[in-house]
Amino acid sequence: MLKIIKPAILLTAVFTIGTGFMFPAGITLLARLLFPGQANGSLVRSHGVVVGAAHIGQNFTAPYYFHPRPSAAGNGYDASNSSGTNLGPTSDKLIHGSPAAAGSSGFTGIAQLAAQYRKENNLSASTPLPADAVTYSASGLDPDISPANARLQAPRVAAAAGLTLNQVQLAITQSTRTRTFGLLGEPRVNVLALNLAIARLRAHSQPVQ
Amino acid sequence: MTTNSLVQLALYCLIIVLTTPVLGRYMARVFQGEKTLLSPILGPVETVVYRVCGIEPSEEMSWQVYAGALLLFSVVGMVLTYILLRLQGVLPLNPQHFSGAQMSPDLAFNTSASFTTNTNWQAYVPEQSVSYFSNMVALAIHNWMSAASGIAVAIALVRGLTRHSGKSIGNLWVDMVRATLYVLLPICLVYALFLVQQGVPQNFLPYVHAHTLEGPVQTIAEGPVASQEAIKMLGTNGGGFFNANSAHPYENPTPLSNFIQMLSIFLIPAALTATFGCMAGSKRQGWALFAAMSVMFVAGVVVCTTAEQRGLPAVAACNVMVKPTSSQPGGNMEGKETRFGISDSALFAVITTDASCGAVNAMHDSFTPIGGLVPLSNILSGEVIFGGVGAGLYGMLMFAIIAVFIAGLMVGRTPEYLGKKIEQYEVKMAMLAVLVLAASILGFAALAVVLPLKAHGYWNPGGNPWTNVNNAGAHGFSEILYAFTSATGNNGSAFAGLNANTPYFNLTLGMAMLIGRFLMIIPLLAIAGSMVKKVPVPVTSGTFPTDSGTFVVLLLGAVVLVGALTFFPALALGPIAEHLQMIHGKLF
Repeated sequence: MLKIIKPAILLTAVFTIGTGFMFPAGITLLARLLFPGQANGSLVRSHGVVVGAAHIGQNFTAPYYFHPRPSAAGNGYDASNSSGTNLGPTSDKLIHGSPAAAGSSGFTGIAQLAAQYRKENNLSASTPLPADAVTYSASGLDPDISPANARLQAPRVAAAAGLTLNQVQLAITQSTRTRTFGLLGEPRVNVLALNLAIARLRAHSQPVQ
Repeated sequence: MTTNSLVQLALYCLIIVLTTPVLGRYMARVFQGEKTLLSPILGPVETVVYRVCGIEPSEEMSWQVYAGALLLFSVVGMVLTYILLRLQGVLPLNPQHFSGAQMSPDLAFNTSASFTTNTNWQAYVPEQSVSYFSNMVALAIHNWMSAASGIAVAIALVRGLTRHSGKSIGNLWVDMVRATLYVLLPICLVYALFLVQQGVPQNFLPYVHAHTLEGPVQTIAEGPVASQEAIKMLGTNGGGFFNANSAHPYENPTPLSNFIQMLSIFLIPAALTATFGCMAGSKRQGWALFAAMSVMFVAGVVVCTTAEQRGLPAVAACNVMVKPTSSQPGGNMEGKETRFGISDSALFAVITTDASCGAVNAMHDSFTPIGGLVPLSNILSGEVIFGGVGAGLYGMLMFAIIAVFIAGLMVGRTPEYLGKKIEQYEVKMAMLAVLVLAASILGFAALAVVLPLKAHGYWNPGGNPWTNVNNAGAHGFSEILYAFTSATGNNGSAFAGLNANTPYFNLTLGMAMLIGRFLMIIPLLAIAGSMVKKVPVPVTSGTFPTDSGTFVVLLLGAVVLVGALTFFPALALGPIAEHLQMIHGKLF
């Protein structure tokens, strides 16, 4: 018995030091040396101020910006509280939502999200919507929307931002990423990158404001 | 399935088929104590570890000592983690000032049981409750230790089957040290840096306050993510640095990081079949297991992907696109990320539940009923479809024993495996493991559904345990069934709507994890101890070849029959009932 107690305790100590301290510390040093930007969270700066992180979605509601997917992280895009809705396929709440009540904030269902999306973008009920536009992402921090979703929003953004549709569509094309090696993942548009481009275009077209 | 998802699946299988013999042969050398490419660098480190810990590497253990040492090692690790979690408030690397308040005694018990058993079930929101120190030291060390001990047990069982007229099945300490130094560490070193390059953070910064374009401040959780992410996937642990796990853009930022994460789940479990073949002196024996696993894997991917691509009728009724186009994914995108779409989410879900990984890149709770049935069934199969590191191989070898036993019954002949007679003792032990796991899953799930508990009481403030579900109807039952399946199967994924952070669920799920790990390992080590003594019998024309197609079919039959007979009634009450309700447009 004693013969196995000593290694059990000491080997745990060795694992704690080696894998608990030395490995993360070593990776941190190497990461900082090789990929300093990514190691610090791929933060995006505008005029020296951190405006977000390239991989982390943030909320946009203004009509002159593209809107991200619905989010269930905290009160929406809370990057310290990632979460999906965890509502299942036969959930009435998922489809029709639930009103705000004492102790719980309201929840907007997919049917309501679809109606809102059509209204905001002036689309008829017969326009089919891309699936990502009206569903909550897994993390609540999805940085991307589908290209179809971006294209449906383009006329609204162009009108509200005082830009031409061509300018906005060009910005979409520039922010679109295709499948990796033409195979992995899905085509997508990074909303923060796209809206930064829109903000720059607005700044140029409306110098006095 | 779309062409794209088929091509991705084919590429995935191809890479695993290519890596399996290479890594498998390498691991066989490692565990037979032979010199490898890395010996000149790691040999001296290995010697120092043995000296520091008082390990005599040439000393072999009987199965009883091997099992006892493993239990003791697990107890030490679990107690250490419990203490560190409770004390996180006074420990360093805690920029968000989390304390024991976020890690209540019942939650700390559940979490330490969870990480010790390679389950990595998380009843807490990591970025809201555990410090960098807790993540890195209290929790992630188990990602290494439980992976190493899982591999060790598998190797010990293989020794039991392949050695003869012996008493010992190896030295646990040596197997664990070698698994860590020669297998896990070199891969994780490269892997963690790759993840950083893709965009996974690795820092000790306090949470960043970003001033968003529209004004409000966004608090962005940071941390030493990459170093934990690598071993989380490679060791089939699955415990996320963040609540959303591998769906979180910081854990899994790109389609490429996602594909590599999927590969890293199956990498070692698949290779272990080849290690088994090498050690058994017949590579075909390993490929036979590999083939049976592959068939079930591919079937799961096809069913799950098809169901998810079909989407939800109630969503389609809002005139939302279901068919994929070149510019949008279609299908059931609720709880899925845009960069992964349907194909990569369904593929990931099947892989993570075939193995005992439990990392998720999409929310299984929001899958379609059939899409969610596949992950659930994968875990219920005993996680033998490649399975956890080590756990998959020893689980499948258990089914191999049951399969040859059934074959023996059919022809009225004492069954043999690898030339050794399978007798009463081995079959009893294998059946013990099967029955204990089934009893844990079904018993605990049934108890949670019927047990009345007082509201506002200590055990479950909400009252009766079944009120903790997030979804009404059959789906609510699925949430509870999935929880105890995941805990007993040491998977760790969840139908995460269930509020499992109450003393009742923390205690029962923690117990299910310990049962699922150790009441599986001990009978299997007992089998190893009994088999290692036996003398091989000569192969005759009556010997049933266990490297043939017939054996693969029989093995598949054993896994599917045992699983279906045991769990079909429960599945009928959960996902199957829900599917029928869904196609009739019923909502709850």
